[in-house]
Amino acid sequence: MTGAAVPPGKIGIWWFLASEIPVFGGLIASYIVVRLGSAGWGESSAHLNFTLALINTFLLLTSSMTVVMAHAASEESNYRSVANFLGLTILLGLGFLGVKAVEYTTEIAHGFTPASGIFWSFYFGMTGLHGLHVLAGIIVNVVLWIGALKGSLAQNSHRVELAGLYWHFVDIVWIFLFPLLYLA
Amino acid sequence: MKIFSTDHKVIAKQYLSVGLFWAITGGLTAYMIRWQLAYPETEVPGWGFIAPDFYNMLVTMHGTIMVFFVAMPILLAAFGNFLIPLMIGAQDMAFPRLNMLSFWVFALASLVLLSSFFVPGGAASAGWTGYPPLSAKAAYTGVNWGLNLWLLALALEFASFLMGGVNFLTTAINLRAPGMTFFRLPLVVWMQLTAAVIFMLSVGPLIAGAVMLLMDRVVGTTFFLPEGGGQPLLWQHLFWFFGHPEVYVILLPGLGIVLEVVTVFSRKPVFAYRPIIYATIIAGFLSFIVWAHHQFISGIDPRLAMPFSITTIIISVPFAFVIFSMIATLWRASITFSAAMLFALGTLGVFIFGGLTGIFNGSAPVDIYIHDTYFVVAHFHYTLFSAVFFGGFAGLYFWFPKMFGRMMNEALGKIHFWLTFIFFNSVFIPMHLVGLRGMMRRIANPMQYEFLKPLEPLNQFITLSAILLLLSQFFFVINFFMSLARGKAAERNPWQANTLEWTTDSPPPHGNFAEVPSVYRGPYEYSSPESAEDWLPQNRPLTAPRAALR
Repeated sequence: MTGAAVPPGKIGIWWFLASEIPVFGGLIASYIVVRLGSAGWGESSAHLNFTLALINTFLLLTSSMTVVMAHAASEESNYRSVANFLGLTILLGLGFLGVKAVEYTTEIAHGFTPASGIFWSFYFGMTGLHGLHVLAGIIVNVVLWIGALKGSLAQNSHRVELAGLYWHFVDIVWIFLFPLLYLA
Repeated sequence: MKIFSTDHKVIAKQYLSVGLFWAITGGLTAYMIRWQLAYPETEVPGWGFIAPDFYNMLVTMHGTIMVFFVAMPILLAAFGNFLIPLMIGAQDMAFPRLNMLSFWVFALASLVLLSSFFVPGGAASAGWTGYPPLSAKAAYTGVNWGLNLWLLALALEFASFLMGGVNFLTTAINLRAPGMTFFRLPLVVWMQLTAAVIFMLSVGPLIAGAVMLLMDRVVGTTFFLPEGGGQPLLWQHLFWFFGHPEVYVILLPGLGIVLEVVTVFSRKPVFAYRPIIYATIIAGFLSFIVWAHHQFISGIDPRLAMPFSITTIIISVPFAFVIFSMIATLWRASITFSAAMLFALGTLGVFIFGGLTGIFNGSAPVDIYIHDTYFVVAHFHYTLFSAVFFGGFAGLYFWFPKMFGRMMNEALGKIHFWLTFIFFNSVFIPMHLVGLRGMMRRIANPMQYEFLKPLEPLNQFITLSAILLLLSQFFFVINFFMSLARGKAAERNPWQANTLEWTTDSPPPHGNFAEVPSVYRGPYEYSSPESAEDWLPQNRPLTAPRAALR
């Protein structure tokens, strides 16, 4: 009757993700509409480093797998394994941000800054906002990782799954950004 | 009372206090705006001369304050926080600490907005809608940090209300008392939840838009600047994709309050309980596809304007249904004209008027003529003032005993209502006329135009009425504080109402209920033959509970 079968944290995180989708949805829709309405976007996009972005896509996709393995380990209450997989997820996330930092530095060194025109506005805006979400996910995972190492995570083991849901969301956003910015 | 409390009732009162503080600030800006329009280029008594730049700031901040810092915290956050757990029979919100964080982020947003008045260049002055390119470059308005802080305050406020929305929805889904099915929820809870869903699904694009505008201003991107390939019109879409649903985010909780009050003081079951819920949900869906009716003169393709006209006129159908249900509830009822009921009926009357002028604005061919005139200003004050102030006061007079454990003074409340009702109409009915004769909004001195000079006496009448409207609110302020200090102690159920909040102490203790209530029926069983009295609380079993069967 009271619907207590689904824990509140899970309902909360799903509503939170539902409200995050329109944030990136609005940004992506704006990009598509403005891009369709004007020319010259392909030339700007050609200056991006496709190889690095491809590596980044693999890093994030792999991290989605490790975060699921952390969840599976937490279901079995194997917190040593949880710590290992969360640690891997954090490393992969940091790797993504590191590659992104290399990309930004090279682009800015070649004179492509956020002020270099509308493509670059969207490029830095979209990847920047996504990067902040990756950073937030890393912070959440670090908190859980410390808990897993100290053993305090056992009382709140469901948090591994909730953090994983968010991490998948951040991953999926990248799956949209990668073709829109690098391939189109 | 702890300042850093996780109790939903304390947080509700905190939101209420901050909202009322901003209401006073918003009222003062209204006073200065109105004085300038009636007696342009004279000194405003108590302030001084108003320069055009300062006037732009006043109208910008009036809109921002009233929509985001009065309507949202009072109708949504204060009433939602107070009522949802109590009405569903829960001890608190699902995430009490998140609830506290939500308030403190809102308090931070308030501080940021307040500080924007005192930075060099003054507060934002690009209109409450912040249209670029005006808002995209500091050089255009002469306001740099004021507008940046304005964007920051809005972003913080949205973050705060997103946390609140997650909390409202999770609480209502997970923490309902045994027997409290979704179709036994009071209508105000349904409307709060629908408002929360609308808010959470519509605000995202504006959050993205605010980030983009801030980047345009601070790091030199050109999202909204044509010289860099950007699109000023894009902002209008992002803004109104949220901005129009926002109208219903504010309106629905107001209508919910009115439905509760009207039913209790009619002593009848509400008319068409389930269809009202369906109408609310339909209105929620439609609210996402009306936004471009704000852009009929922004160069929109007529083939696109027409569909938005049609959806806009269709959305009046579910709201008309809710209004007719209220009227049907009143039909042959035994009505008590308490202060709360007067304000509820006032909401009804004023909102009908605002809804009707909305049909004018929604029709693209008519809107092209009246767009950006005072007709539009009068229209949205009829809709929003009714929901926020008439609806909000109805809620405060009604739930004050439950919130603070004391009764308010009914006589002062009734005087407050009649003065507010009379002066509200004498401000905003003439404003329609002024608008139809061509007076445009956001002009510091309309009298500089020859054809508007004959409107000066009417503008002076409006201003006089507005000042009296503001002064009438002292009856509320005096009543509020006097009742708080020495009002008659409130019993548990002073209005003989059915919903669960009236079955616990006034004010309810931390944890709300001594034991978890069981719910046996819907919230509006008034004058039921099954009960000796004319009310039948949701938690009263008609037969002894069959403990053996459990």
